[in-house]
Amino acid sequence: MARKDQRKDQRKDQDPLVVTYADHEVITPPNPLRKAVAPAGSDDDDPVARAEAALEQLSSEFSSWMLAECERLETARQAIKLLGMTEHAHDALFRAAHDVKGEAFTFGYPEVVGVADSLCRLLEHTPKIARIPLVLVDQHVDAVRAMTREVARSDRAEVAGELVRRLREVTDDFLRRENEFRPEYLETIFAPSLVPGTPES
Amino acid sequence: MVRIDFTRLRFLVIEDSAHMRRILRTLLLGFGAREVHEAEDGASGLEGFTHYLPDIIICDWVLPIFDGLELAQMIRQPGANVNPYVPIIMLTGHSDKKRVMVARDAGVTEFLTKPISPKSLYERIVNVIVRPRPFVKTKTYFGPDRRRNVNPNYVGVERRKTVKSDLVRQDHLIDKAKILT
Repeated sequence: MARKDQRKDQRKDQDPLVVTYADHEVITPPNPLRKAVAPAGSDDDDPVARAEAALEQLSSEFSSWMLAECERLETARQAIKLLGMTEHAHDALFRAAHDVKGEAFTFGYPEVVGVADSLCRLLEHTPKIARIPLVLVDQHVDAVRAMTREVARSDRAEVAGELVRRLREVTDDFLRRENEFRPEYLETIFAPSLVPGTPES
Repeated sequence: MVRIDFTRLRFLVIEDSAHMRRILRTLLLGFGAREVHEAEDGASGLEGFTHYLPDIIICDWVLPIFDGLELAQMIRQPGANVNPYVPIIMLTGHSDKKRVMVARDAGVTEFLTKPISPKSLYERIVNVIVRPRPFVKTKTYFGPDRRRNVNPNYVGVERRKTVKSDLVRQDHLIDKAKILT
């Protein structure tokens, strides 16, 4: 009898604990991940430093990766020139810009992030994609490619900063006009970022 | 001081960019992980979740086929999956409040904005292991408690209609199952 009760108690420890209220339940599942909590190691054990070192080793590939992403962006831009702003072409360009935005900083091209972010906003927040000005798309893509190419320029940060500011200004003006009919949506486009130091999303 | 033995954890990375997958794999292996599985879209991510039974999922928001939010909602179906409680760390370039709240309401556990740093990824992983949040089930939501910190001195509006004093019952799930059968 005692053994049966012990098995029942063990089984209970593996089950989520449910606390029921009138309009909701709070469920505390067992935490299987505590298997990974280990006694404190030596002071030499620094997993973040190890990961940083591994990333540093990988960084020799970053410039070629960035060129590949630029080519992908260019291919997507050419498809739009050829076929027009179809859903498919729009999605391909958005994904390419989105990846550049997420990766450029890590790859060592921080100035490109602002341009890619502005292009993503243009593509994502224009209600009728056929109205996206192709000249504005071109300006963004050309800026990404130029910034990637001219990485050795001594005034790169200053020039890039001004370019990002101008592209963002023109894009935001366009988005305001195109989204006038939906002011609530407009508010979310221009809502501040929760992350300090990032441009408005 | 907490030390995490990453060799005991199984990760699933769901990210459509091959470069970002490589970076995440590099970081996780740098932390000491030995088992890192990958998927490049929402559908293969769901397949990976049911096949590999990962301890932690790291998932991009923007994915082909269906996105990270839809994937999170599918995983967080109580009773429909082997482990609806699996921690989901969502990677994203979005950082505005509305999108963070949308991700939170989809059942995402932690949010990590790009660019990703080794330190920030490490901290999110430690958080889900050492400070797991209970889950809340309502008519419209199932996922981690969306209140990260419960402040005993909070004097604002209580949006949950009932609090501890309205406790109805407290069961282990197995006892609950017996009551229902």
